[in-house]
Amino acid sequence: MRLLWSILFILTPLASLAEEVVLGLSQDKVAITTSFDGSEILIFGAVKRETPILEDSPLEVVITITGPSEPVTVRRKSRMFGIWVNTDAVEVDRAPSFYAVATTAPLSDVLSETEDLRHKVSIDRAIRSVGAPDNIANSALFTDAVIRIRREADLYQTLESGVALDQQTLFRTAIDMPSNLTEGDYVTRIFLTRDGQVVSSYETTIAVQKVGLERWLFVLSRQQPFWYGLLSLAIAIAAGWGASTAFRLLRG
Amino acid sequence: MQVYLPIAEVSVNIFLVLGLGGLVGILSGMFGVGGGFILTPLLFFIGIPPAVAVATGANQIVASSISGVLAHFRRRTVDLKMGTVLLAGGLLGAGLGIGVFNYLKSIGQVDLLVNLCYVVFLGIIGALMFIESLNAIRKSRKAGGKPPFVRRQRTWVHALPFKMRFRTSGLYISVIPPLGVGLAVGVLAAIMGVGGGFIMVPAMIYILGMPTKVVVGTSLFQIIFVTAFTTMLHATTNYTVDVMLALLLLIGGVIGAQLGTQIGLRMKAEQLRILLALMVLAVCGKLALELLLQPGELYSLAPVGGD
Repeated sequence: MRLLWSILFILTPLASLAEEVVLGLSQDKVAITTSFDGSEILIFGAVKRETPILEDSPLEVVITITGPSEPVTVRRKSRMFGIWVNTDAVEVDRAPSFYAVATTAPLSDVLSETEDLRHKVSIDRAIRSVGAPDNIANSALFTDAVIRIRREADLYQTLESGVALDQQTLFRTAIDMPSNLTEGDYVTRIFLTRDGQVVSSYETTIAVQKVGLERWLFVLSRQQPFWYGLLSLAIAIAAGWGASTAFRLLRG
Repeated sequence: MQVYLPIAEVSVNIFLVLGLGGLVGILSGMFGVGGGFILTPLLFFIGIPPAVAVATGANQIVASSISGVLAHFRRRTVDLKMGTVLLAGGLLGAGLGIGVFNYLKSIGQVDLLVNLCYVVFLGIIGALMFIESLNAIRKSRKAGGKPPFVRRQRTWVHALPFKMRFRTSGLYISVIPPLGVGLAVGVLAAIMGVGGGFIMVPAMIYILGMPTKVVVGTSLFQIIFVTAFTTMLHATTNYTVDVMLALLLLIGGVIGAQLGTQIGLRMKAEQLRILLALMVLAVCGKLALELLLQPGELYSLAPVGGD
């Protein structure tokens, strides 16, 4: 009997969620093959609820995809002796290699500052810089540079109003992933919000991985670099000799 | 048609890469340069990460040089003895150069060094070659198309000890200058990620006094080994050789090299030199502008602890 009570207690907070996400993905794996040229991920789902739809404030949906994070060195050029030289460097501690956030309305309307800070949803919050050297006055400029450069490369995307929501129940969005993806697990998060507060969230991962020949070559280059180097040279020598012979035969 | 490169981790257009390889191959066959000084910047331009471009470029140059050198072997325009001496210096230099390269990479100044090297060396060599070949063309015009025979002058090069006879080049000189030239070119080749032919060719003509006919084949001969050595170093230390990219480049490259050799044989030596000089100066000018003008983006990103 005591066991039953404790189970009920655990279940209570879950049961109190009035609205939950039921998710579908067009694919939960992205296979990088020889002909890989970027990928469009379709994310769709429904809001499951036991109670009638609350009419006082509209439901909003925020979807994020986060690629594997790794530290990155940001260097700044300045003019010395008449030429442009890298003079300052800051290490940005955690910067996702890919980050997309899609929402049903402008981000500031659907998510409060506090909730953004807690869940690290906006691009600015998802990137963190620490350990800037003392001699660099404005290290925020370096974090901005990471965001700016990766935005240019479509690695960071903000798709405000990029999520379509029907009847406050069905939502869907499409996110374009560029061809220069880093391998790893891409965390996909879905937040349901009302009045800027997160009322429910859901998380899943999309695995991005090289397959077939791409995988084999990549693994070989890392695990057997010597043989990989010899393989590259062998191909080069064979091609050079082959072309020379072929041309001689053609003319002769 | 797109193809995804496993090491560079980007997707590129097949025909674009084939075309690049072909273009560089033609240069390689015509001038006896590896073409790295054109190929590497072009690879940056199509979005290949610099580290991968440098390493893979070296591998591609191995293929186009082999294709070119075989054509020269059949015409007996390769001085094997001279090539071996140059190579001994070259390998030593490449080892030293990789050390310098890795140190500068760790402090984030490698791009600057590479660019400065390019500007300084391309500038000097391009200008010298341009003036010299222009004079040669003028003289041969005056003399009714017959170039005057100039007796080779005795310089400091002829006064050094350890003399050796290089039959194919028709030279009897000390081994010190070729060793030194090889060493210097090896260092620069490793730092700049190129075969070094554009430095080697003029050095052979103007410092060693080798006949232009032999220069191209001999330069290609030693480039093969220096770039093969560089490829292995990059593959085992930085894991930046992209075999897929190399394959595409060299399919274009080997065909281009054969065409280039044919074109080169039909042209006069002075014309060949003036063309190479103009091209060297153009690349130099572009790189100098990049250093002097304010870049559009002052910031750049690199993975921590590497390039």
